[in-house]
Amino acid sequence: MTVHLTIALSKGRIFQETLPLLAAAGIVPADDPETSRKLILDTNQSDVKLVIIRATDVPIYVQHGAADLGVAGKDVLLEHGGEGLYEPLDLRIARCRLMVAGDPNHQPRLSRPRIATKYINTTRRWFADQGRQVEVIKLYGSMELAPLVGLADYIVDVVDTGNTLKANGLAPLEHIADISSRLIINKAAMKMKHARIKAIMKQMATVIDA
Amino acid sequence: MIPEDRWLLPEGIEEILPPAAHRLEWLRRKLLDLYQSWGYELVIPPLIEFLDSLLTGAGDDLELQTFKLTDQLSGRMMGVRADMTPQVARIDAHLLKRTGPARLCYMGTVLRTRADGFGGSRSPYQAGVELYGHRGHESDLEVLTLMLETLQVAGVSEVHLDLGHVTIFHELIRQAGLDREREGILFDALQRKALPEIHAHLAEWALPVSYTNLFLTLAELNGGPEVLDDANMQLAAGGAEICSALATLRQLVEALRQRWPGLPVHIDLAELRGYHYHTGVLFSAYVPGQGQAVAQGGRYDEIGQVFGRARPATGFSTDLATLLLLGSTPKVAESGIYAPPAGDAALEEQVAILRRQGVRVIRALPGAEVEPRTLRCDRMLAQRQGEWQVVPLANSV
Repeated sequence: MTVHLTIALSKGRIFQETLPLLAAAGIVPADDPETSRKLILDTNQSDVKLVIIRATDVPIYVQHGAADLGVAGKDVLLEHGGEGLYEPLDLRIARCRLMVAGDPNHQPRLSRPRIATKYINTTRRWFADQGRQVEVIKLYGSMELAPLVGLADYIVDVVDTGNTLKANGLAPLEHIADISSRLIINKAAMKMKHARIKAIMKQMATVIDA
Repeated sequence: MIPEDRWLLPEGIEEILPPAAHRLEWLRRKLLDLYQSWGYELVIPPLIEFLDSLLTGAGDDLELQTFKLTDQLSGRMMGVRADMTPQVARIDAHLLKRTGPARLCYMGTVLRTRADGFGGSRSPYQAGVELYGHRGHESDLEVLTLMLETLQVAGVSEVHLDLGHVTIFHELIRQAGLDREREGILFDALQRKALPEIHAHLAEWALPVSYTNLFLTLAELNGGPEVLDDANMQLAAGGAEICSALATLRQLVEALRQRWPGLPVHIDLAELRGYHYHTGVLFSAYVPGQGQAVAQGGRYDEIGQVFGRARPATGFSTDLATLLLLGSTPKVAESGIYAPPAGDAALEEQVAILRRQGVRVIRALPGAEVEPRTLRCDRMLAQRQGEWQVVPLANSV
């Protein structure tokens, strides 16, 4: 019986850095998502397909079984909550940190600081755990702008080199979590296709950076 | 509110229309007959009851899932059932008070504050069985078999079975002496098989290496039935309770292999669904293309205790609406007889005879005659040589 597998990936850095891991499992995409307009990519294995979607959508596809496997950043998983998923393998790619950032000299005007972020659940949890009351403002991009124009006191965002922050006069203030990408697996798929999935996990594990 | 809005139902609340409603009823009857033939007695718990008894022993998950309201007569909080299992346990403990094993089954709509599955129904049509008063794997097997037969009756194919046992994690936590908070953290990470996190937590808590290894092993003990062999070797140090849990699983696998030879069985020793009330074997059925289990159950020996009478218990439940969607139940018959409206006594008698035989007879209503085929009729009653006869539609007019 052939077992079909669908793997959800996001374009860009995660896709590029996942390629060697897929190659270790003998999976090579037939197209490049940067040049192809296809949303479903064939691979050298006729029973393995890749779907190319937005990073934040990857856990949703996998949770509902629209994809069996996926690669998602821990930042996205923290925000999603991980319901219906297994995340057994740290792929150690696309590494960065999830931080609270802002102007170190800034004094919030209100007793409840306003935090701009696209990670609203994670942000609420982080401040609530410390007993700090904040107002969360959901933004979809260019977080760094929010403190500059007075929309927010601080931001919560992933920080890689920190150059964007520095260029805008901001600095990382609190470290929330180290982020790297995880292999995520739909729970039902893990139970029904375990032989195939475990083989892929094992092959990927051999090339993960120590 | 624009007029169209008034017709919209709340999110996740569904109504079942023809012909699906008829198929659901067909399935419901078939299943009742099945459970009846195994000696399971039907109970009909109330739609709503006091929150205290509804949530007793069931854990926080169910509390969040329960719609609540205040009873104007008593001032107490009431809840609309989100799961019928605790109700049936209460009935067994308080009302029936049987000394030997009791076998009960139930079917009905439950209401959930949040949709917990894909497809998002908040009003599943729950059906299930519970077996009280027996502790051995034989009762687990009986319930498990009924779950598989339920899926078979519903025409759900390519079923995969997942087996687990909560005792193993429970014992390891107890032996390692972890407190509630750490138990919760580890439970959460195990549910996601988040090995990197488990690793980090165990290192941080500085547990003895032997326990660290046992927990990490547990997270990886999933796969085909051969996993039980690995588990026997790697968890042997865990003590008698764990060995007996593994023995129970082995007995189930062995019995299933004989009774359902083609059934794919998956073992997952870190599966902890319903950990707060389950106390033994866990089982779920999965089918390809469905990201969540379609039927699930397990052992929950302690639940009767809060009602003053601890009884061993095992059971399963499923959602008939889901089974209807995935399975293949027979289509509603495309046959029927169209009969003229008012008539003489002979016509009335003929219609009555046909209906008694179980034939579908639809009477035309004066001034509102329609094309019989739109009513799924393929024949009609017509007068031939002074006698009322069933004739094909083509002969009409």
